[in-house]
Amino acid sequence: MVKALSFPFLEKLLLVLGHFCIFAWGALKSIFQRPYRFEEIFKQLEFVGNKSVSIIFLTGIFTGLALSLQIYLGFSMVGAPNLVGPTVALGIFRELGPVLSGLIVAARAGGAMAAQLGTMRVSEQIDAIKVMGVDPVQYLVGPRVLASVISLPLLCGFFDFVAMAGSHAICVFVFEIDSAIFWDKITEWINPSDVTQGLVKAGFFGLIFSLVCTYRGYYTSGGAKGVGESTNRGVVISMVSIIIADYVLTNFIRLYFQVAG
Amino acid sequence: MSIAIKIQDLKKSFDGGKEFVLNGIDLEIPKNKITMIIGFSGTGKSVLMKHILGLMTPTSGHIDILGSDIKAMSPQQKAKFRQKMGVMFQYAALFDDMTALENACFPLKEHRKELSIKARTDIAIKKLQMSGLDAKHHGKLPGELSGGMRKRVALARAIALDPEILLYDEPTTGLDPILTEMVDDLIKSTHDKIVGATSVVISHDLHAAFRIGDFVIMLHEGKVLMKGTPDEFLKSDHPFVEKFVSKGVRKP
Repeated sequence: MVKALSFPFLEKLLLVLGHFCIFAWGALKSIFQRPYRFEEIFKQLEFVGNKSVSIIFLTGIFTGLALSLQIYLGFSMVGAPNLVGPTVALGIFRELGPVLSGLIVAARAGGAMAAQLGTMRVSEQIDAIKVMGVDPVQYLVGPRVLASVISLPLLCGFFDFVAMAGSHAICVFVFEIDSAIFWDKITEWINPSDVTQGLVKAGFFGLIFSLVCTYRGYYTSGGAKGVGESTNRGVVISMVSIIIADYVLTNFIRLYFQVAG
Repeated sequence: MSIAIKIQDLKKSFDGGKEFVLNGIDLEIPKNKITMIIGFSGTGKSVLMKHILGLMTPTSGHIDILGSDIKAMSPQQKAKFRQKMGVMFQYAALFDDMTALENACFPLKEHRKELSIKARTDIAIKKLQMSGLDAKHHGKLPGELSGGMRKRVALARAIALDPEILLYDEPTTGLDPILTEMVDDLIKSTHDKIVGATSVVISHDLHAAFRIGDFVIMLHEGKVLMKGTPDEFLKSDHPFVEKFVSKGVRKP
């Protein structure tokens, strides 16, 4: 009874995980192998990074505004409205910046990656690449993964900047907190490591969503329906993985700073 | 008669040996000829082609291509070896984000890096002209081309590196009778233009097999049912072959 309930699921899970690890290793290895795919990498940087700027801008500015508003409402009750700036900054730099930019780019670029590779698989374009003597993982997956790992910290940095600009705007022009005090409190309470740990996390999130989505797309089967399923699963698994990875990475970073003193 | 592809006792099962899609294929494909591999849908023709290309690993058996055992090759050796083969896929498999010219140029860009961009482009243009695609369509994306034009681009891409073996996977599927004849003629003329090329056409179109094929191999239930010249097929008294011939040959 127990075997019938648990073992097949575990076996399947381990098989998929093993398969994914082999794929991920191959993809990461291919980035450092010749011929280097600079043209493809730049194309993907443009797609993952440049084309995500407007959506990151909108999300960032409204996150900064909404978070500041909520924190101001709470802090003004205990007479500490001057601490809105550093509190928002901590939340943005450490958590919301990397997580939200990771989720947004996973949905936008990750979904497109899974759909594109899935379509290429079902229309035999991946087979065509292979029979022309080109490694499809190196040609298609490597550049997407590298571009995501490079783009995400940059997008996260942009998100942080825009969100803080939004927070500054609402704090200074609506809540009438002095601009000098706003920045002074932030420099007093925030360390550079708060920013860098967020950027490092963003890089990991880029790695996670690009590997998951390209994996789902690369192994698509079953025509248009299969492409839809791959895209859907790729995005959902990426998002859940980013949230889980956020908790794990936060713990690792906390431990690192404890050990480093 | 020298042999380009030799297959011995090839078996392929997708379910751990319960059912075999290819069940002991033995065949030899002669060099410099057009060989047609025919059979009804689901007889394992495309699976056989994927084995020849090394895209699938056989459950058992041997595949010898131009004297090399493809099964024993490393992925790197396979990638290099595949430059000797050109493939035209069933639905052309052109890269959607590249123009016709860029598609034809792709193998050259990957494997003829010693050539200048201009030299590579000139070769690709020559191959597109050879496959009959008008120059005004060279800058178009696959989505802007008709089915026949896409096949021409796919053929130009397949012959870009002057392969020794040309494989066509169901080249006339989904085309009207006029386009079908056009593609058949294209296969024949391309074969004649490339010196020393071996062409292998996977098809269920018996009419085409008899019109352009030098040699015909018929698959049935994962095995070779008959092999021979088109004339030998027409004279065969095998009931299944007779039935296939009577249903499959169109009147001119």
